[in-house]
Amino acid sequence: MSRTIIDKIWDQHVVKSVTDTTDVLYIDTHYIHEVTSPQAFTGLNNRGANVFRPKQTIATADHNVPTINQHLPIENELSKNQVSTLIKNCSDHGIELFGIGHQKNGIVHVIGPENGYTLPGITIVCGDSHTSTHGAFGAIAFGIGTSQVEHVLNTQCLLLSRPKTMRITVGGKLGKGVTAKDTALYIIAQLGTEGATGHFIEFTGAVFRNFSMEERMTVCNMSIEMGARGGLVGIDYTTIQYVQQRVEDISEEKIANWIALNTEPNAVFDSEIEFDGRDITPMVTTGTSPDTGIDISERVSSTSRNSSKGLSYMQMELEEMIIGKKIDHVFIGSCTNGRIEDLRQAAEIVKDKQKAKHVTAWVVPGSNDVRKQAIEEGLDIIFKNAGFEFREPGCSACLAMNEDKVPSGALCVSTSNRNFEGRQGDGARTILASPMTAAASAINGEITDPRIYLN
Amino acid sequence: MKRIQSTGMVLNVDNIDTDQIIPAKFLKSTNREGFGEHLFANWRYQKNGEPNEDFAFNHYPKGSSVLIAGNNFGCGSSREHAAWAISDYGIRAIISSQFADIFKGNALNNDIVPIEIAAEELALITQYVEKNPSTNIEVDIEKQAVRVYDDTFSFQKTFDIDPLKKKFIMEDISELEYLVSIKKEVEAFEELNIL
Ligand code: SF4
Repeated sequence: MSRTIIDKIWDQHVVKSVTDTTDVLYIDTHYIHEVTSPQAFTGLNNRGANVFRPKQTIATADHNVPTINQHLPIENELSKNQVSTLIKNCSDHGIELFGIGHQKNGIVHVIGPENGYTLPGITIVCGDSHTSTHGAFGAIAFGIGTSQVEHVLNTQCLLLSRPKTMRITVGGKLGKGVTAKDTALYIIAQLGTEGATGHFIEFTGAVFRNFSMEERMTVCNMSIEMGARGGLVGIDYTTIQYVQQRVEDISEEKIANWIALNTEPNAVFDSEIEFDGRDITPMVTTGTSPDTGIDISERVSSTSRNSSKGLSYMQMELEEMIIGKKIDHVFIGSCTNGRIEDLRQAAEIVKDKQKAKHVTAWVVPGSNDVRKQAIEEGLDIIFKNAGFEFREPGCSACLAMNEDKVPSGALCVSTSNRNFEGRQGDGARTILASPMTAAASAINGEITDPRIYLN
Repeated sequence: MKRIQSTGMVLNVDNIDTDQIIPAKFLKSTNREGFGEHLFANWRYQKNGEPNEDFAFNHYPKGSSVLIAGNNFGCGSSREHAAWAISDYGIRAIISSQFADIFKGNALNNDIVPIEIAAEELALITQYVEKNPSTNIEVDIEKQAVRVYDDTFSFQKTFDIDPLKKKFIMEDISELEYLVSIKKEVEAFEELNIL
């Protein structure tokens, strides 16, 4: 029988099937960070247990870290304690840590791919829902809870129900100024935040084939916002080329094995959805759920999955024009849009312009590598000249666990992935958008269609 | 755990994400304990830290161990702190029309029973329990049945639960103990699959 890439990778990793519906799945690569791992290590230590395969776990500090003066000690005592707990746990258990200041430090979902740890055909987990990002490589990647982090540390396995499969095809071509982020927000608006619950998604079609790895990561990153367990893209030349630039000596045989994992022509998915890339436009969210996105030129509507609670939190009115709405903050960064291509796209808009006076604009690279690359290309100068702050890497205002908080009531155009109440700080109001839309909005001081700045 | 008998607390909001269940600022702890007081913190308390009297959840008697929530409960972040907060607050079962996958797994790993019923059924019991907070709720894990009843109202329904997870909850076995017990098989798998 023809099989999907999801079934094939899953089956290759089943240690044993315990019941008709539940498998013990082997995990190849495990990423950890400071927020969701300490209790797992405590559990392990309390039982006097060991990390089973320490070489298969990679650690970074990202959620709590300050994004300025990273060479100084962390001021917040609790954050500092979490980061030093991670350092101790990694050193006690022989786990490689890319801590603050390390050249490979950055957001877990940015550094894994960047350094060649994320590979096609493998299983990847992390105590973080956006682990779905790594699916861009044709891997089964998903977020887990802290109990499961302990399971993986101790046994390299998880007990999981077999996934359902969904294929989302986006055909055609994206218009100018329409990005991977807009594609993600568009799909989420169509499906709803629970539309893919229980499923792993394969994204396919001309739009995905033409996407770079960075763009694929942006969409896979947000598959969790569709409710999916994970999302992936098939393995092709783009995948292989990206990996070959980061991993030495990949044999022809290995590459052939990866390609053979791809979904066969007659494979059947539990559900199939098709979209046309030509229907996608720059998108902005209007409520407190990522599925409330609308075309930037439209009015806020009751059909856009908005709840009255969400609209009132956002201080949005039905039928209000979203374009031209005054904003206070812009955040460009996160594991969704903190990669070099995102910074390039934002810089293209910002170049030779000035941000609006009343706007605070932050650019937070996803990793030290991204930061270094951006500096090499002079992007930092473009941002600084325009009045943006160009900071050091971390999750930053995506979840505001460090000092990078959006003040209560302020309206922020953000390239991150969640617009939940209080996500960017108590009372902060978040509009999710692409790096280009965020950049254009910073310049004009109001929500702006980036296409006016593209010739 | 085999049975839960309690009154219910209604939180009639769809898409309650884990950032609302436990906001990020409370995730700086390195322990599993003490999250209950921060459960739904941004809704339960005013800015000055006083309880928000307008938030209905604050008026249910402590000791109620069943939460009746809106559709798509627990979406968003994978933080198990959400399940710890719910458990620490004393909630043992949650009724909704759909749970986000990661949250569902986290709930089961913390002996919280996620009960999925149809949206119309959820609406029905939500309405009734909202008006009659002393309604009895009984969850029989063995029979996979939930009953919501008082002198004038009766609703009964079976629910799905993964057979293995059910066994684990009923017999108080942890997934970890099970995985540790098959270590030999894991090593054999590694031998065969140089991945
Ligand atoms: S950038 Fe945001 S979404 Fe991504 S891992 Fe960090 S906190 Fe989570």
